[in-house]
Amino acid sequence: MTVPAPGLVPLTLTVNGDEVARMVPPRTTLADFLRAELELTATHVGCEMGACGACLVLLDGVPVHACLVFAVQAEGQKVETVEGLVARGALARLQAAFHERNALQCGFCTPGMLVNAYALLERGDVPDREEIRDALSGNYCRCTGYEAIVDAIETAARAAQEESVG
Amino acid sequence: MKARAFAYVRPRTLEEAHAAFAAADGDASFISGGQSLVPALAMRLQAPQVLVDLAGVDALRGVHLDGDVLRIGALTRHADALTDPLIRRHAPLLAAAAPFVAHPAIRNRGTLGGSVALADPASEFPAMMLAMGAEMEISGDAGLRRVPADEYFLDLYQTAIEPGEILVALHVPAAGPHACCAFDEMARRRGDYAMVGGGLMAERDGDALRAVRIALFSVGPTPVRARGAEAALEGRAPDADTIAAAQRALDGDIDPMDDAEVPAAMRRHLARVLLGRLIRKLEADQ
Repeated sequence: MTVPAPGLVPLTLTVNGDEVARMVPPRTTLADFLRAELELTATHVGCEMGACGACLVLLDGVPVHACLVFAVQAEGQKVETVEGLVARGALARLQAAFHERNALQCGFCTPGMLVNAYALLERGDVPDREEIRDALSGNYCRCTGYEAIVDAIETAARAAQEESVG
Repeated sequence: MKARAFAYVRPRTLEEAHAAFAAADGDASFISGGQSLVPALAMRLQAPQVLVDLAGVDALRGVHLDGDVLRIGALTRHADALTDPLIRRHAPLLAAAAPFVAHPAIRNRGTLGGSVALADPASEFPAMMLAMGAEMEISGDAGLRRVPADEYFLDLYQTAIEPGEILVALHVPAAGPHACCAFDEMARRRGDYAMVGGGLMAERDGDALRAVRIALFSVGPTPVRARGAEAALEGRAPDADTIAAAQRALDGDIDPMDDAEVPAAMRRHLARVLLGRLIRKLEADQ
């Protein structure tokens, strides 16, 4: 095997249901690829080291830090961002509950909170507050003190369950 | 906070992966989950010419029970330690440790092999290899070899893995019918690196514990076997006197250093408290 040149690499993946094919530098993170190349700017870039959780996306259905994945590593996989989740109405209850409970102030952390909350609520039951806090343990919010965010997620989970029962 | 430019290859086999490393004259890094490597690249603590992505190498995948040994492929993710039925049943200490490893989104991506290959002295899974008496299967020029955990951790971030070698799988002795285990750690916040942590494996023989193995982390440059504490527990019922004796013996097992956040004396104290909690957890699970 010869040493490959550090040029562009072909990348094909699915983003929010659409197949995307681009040439990318291998060092481009998935977060930067989504924001700069696809102009999907709901994925926020905060710490760029996996500490703050603002860049969470769903990769093959599970939350991962888009700053800790190089775009080329997502070859052939399915990425879903907050834009995609909003477009298919998957966040409607959470958005309403966040709004109702004032679960955001500056909003920088909110996309990451929503991705983690969505994945938690996909389980289909109502998580207790400790489980919600644990799910959010890798998401920093410097405005709200978290209480309202936990409230909102709990409210959305109850609303979802009442709807499915009723 | 952006990685230096590098070339990227995705081999399908171990042979191709080794060839890619050799072709770069060793100026290459292997990546699996990347949850420690990507930040290291972003901060330019590492700046390899070539990144060799192991995600496509099937030999590194899968969890299988082979006789009384559980083979855990290196690419198995942290989150799988919580959900995989074979790991939960035959390597319960890994399942017990997993909720303490980083945060959920990191666990969705990070791999067991990556964690054990990096051997961060403050991380949970490498120390659990020591507590479980696992063997690391390593691929190199001479083919595959196995290194017992007691000989695997050499120094800070240094393991028996030589440059260019690849950790293929973790071979964990399957927990027998009388096996019991406990895991705990003390961190300032959930998900943070622990100030001290540890795991304990043993066999129950009536009231007594046998084949006791204890490994602590965050107490030195490598995970550490607490051999003195093991000996104090071996063959005894873990009553208050025995626990106190094990805690005294632990002082000779570890040699923590002062650092900016935790003085050595505090780490020694926390290690003793932790050992007591591990043993009591074991009893509570009976």
